Amino acid sequence: MKLLALDSSGLVASAAVMEDDTLIAEYTINHKKTHSQTLLPMLDEIKHLIDLDIKTIDAVAVAAGPGSFTGLRIGSATAKGIALARNIPIIPVPTVDALAYNLYGTEKIICPIMDARRNQVYTGLYTFESVQETAVPDTLVSLLPQCALDIVEICEKINALGRAVVFLGDGVPVYQQQIKNYMKMPYHFAPASCNRQRAASVAALGACLYAKGVYQTAAEHAPEYLRQSQAERERNESKNHKV
Amino acid sequence: MESIENIVILAIETSCDETAAAVVRNGREVLSNVISSQIDLHTLYGGVVPELASRKHIEKINQVITQALNEAETTLEEITAIAVTYGPGLVGALLVGVSAAKAISFAAEKPLVGVHHIEGHISANFIENKELVPPFACLVVSGGHTHLVVVEDYGKYKILGRTRDDAAGEAFDKVARAIGLGYPGGPKIDKIAKEGNPQAILFPRAKVSGSAYDFSFSGLKSAVLNYLNSCEMKGIAVNTADVAASFQKAVTDVLVEHAMAAVDEYQFTKFAIAGGVASNSALRAAFQEACHQKKIAFYYPSPILCTDNAAMIGAAGYYEYIKGTRSGYHLNAVPNLKLGER
Repeated sequence: MKLLALDSSGLVASAAVMEDDTLIAEYTINHKKTHSQTLLPMLDEIKHLIDLDIKTIDAVAVAAGPGSFTGLRIGSATAKGIALARNIPIIPVPTVDALAYNLYGTEKIICPIMDARRNQVYTGLYTFESVQETAVPDTLVSLLPQCALDIVEICEKINALGRAVVFLGDGVPVYQQQIKNYMKMPYHFAPASCNRQRAASVAALGACLYAKGVYQTAAEHAPEYLRQSQAERERNESKNHKV
Repeated sequence: MESIENIVILAIETSCDETAAAVVRNGREVLSNVISSQIDLHTLYGGVVPELASRKHIEKINQVITQALNEAETTLEEITAIAVTYGPGLVGALLVGVSAAKAISFAAEKPLVGVHHIEGHISANFIENKELVPPFACLVVSGGHTHLVVVEDYGKYKILGRTRDDAAGEAFDKVARAIGLGYPGGPKIDKIAKEGNPQAILFPRAKVSGSAYDFSFSGLKSAVLNYLNSCEMKGIAVNTADVAASFQKAVTDVLVEHAMAAVDEYQFTKFAIAGGVASNSALRAAFQEACHQKKIAFYYPSPILCTDNAAMIGAAGYYEYIKGTRSGYHLNAVPNLKLGER
């Protein structure tokens, strides 16, 4: 099975090609240019460097949210265009789950935090469960499914679990001080090699999801924003006030 | 040498609140023209909400493209090239179409042509008027644009005048809201104005000093608001139909007067209108009459080709394609793209 994977949910743009258990290519950029200017040129570069015949791709895995609304749509529209042209399915990979997958096998709690503005982070709590003495690989287990939370709330949830934690994601530089202030359990920050979105993780987790039957048609796919638009929020608030 | 006899373009347009795709052969023959309108959604908010427009585009884009291919009884393999609107428009909305078009171009291995939205509106005139060829003059009037343009050749434009403030369509929306007609204002004012007296209230016809062909509509909008306020203060009942008809007449008079002054100065023999406001019945009638008096040919697209649609992008994309224009995968959405720029 050959997968093409994309992640443009945050500041990072990342693209990868994976065949079965082998990562053939991964290209990650964390720079100022917009994803619209980087993502497709990166894919094209990969295509040329690995002599990729696009007809051999079986599915497109995409970081499907949460994240920057525009970033998610660039990733999703790209996935939808490729999947439409090749008539292949899309595997929607939850962005925060894919970030946690960067730290495969970690026994500590994994807490990805993405800066969600408005004093919130997109986050979740994960750990890996291993099935002893079998060939089944460790599975990612979510203790708290991805959601938008205040940084203090997520710290308190980890403290309540009473376990050491590894933080990663673009929320770390933003909320480092609050983490220091509120964490009572031992905490660590993941290093640069694995502390941001990586399309390789989207691909690897995407393959697990595909095996479980989690995929959709290109037409069906849309990002999971986890948040309403400002206009919808304000409209609902004013409706509630009237009631 | 490549035959230019059978160039089939798949065109995609998502610059505002319509998700649209079309298949166009040789620039003038529309094989399909699919438009998914979001108007009901935005009506709840009294105007287009950019984030919601973008969300709707991503939900609908594949269905719309697939339907366009099916209705044209063709496949991506048989398509010559992909054309897509990359500006001007709402950046988030544009990005959905641009990203999808680039991905299809990449995965189907077809060339990509970025198209200017206003060039699309102008090119809508080529579809139903097979004999229309440049040079000609064109007035583009829509919710976001008011341009008086000379089409010197395919893809070659000279702007004679533009609005200094509100677009003509924007003025329609604002006045419609003020007299309680709601969104979208253009069709609603057009309809109710038919029952009103266009001479009932004399609203100002603005000129922009020093530039004979530029427009200004914010003063007119304020004059309507002032009139409504003064009626309210004096306790006079407002005749909505008269206000609509008089406002519409003021807009139309200015557009026709500027356009015909340009016709006199530059000796155009062909005049076209384009854009959403070009569906307005009073505007069409006024231009028909003015062009008839000047003894010049008058062109206008059907309403379905005046509104935002992808067939017009396919028409403009065709002329860019045969000129050799190709867009790379770095193509970005350009929300304030200027006419004639690349």
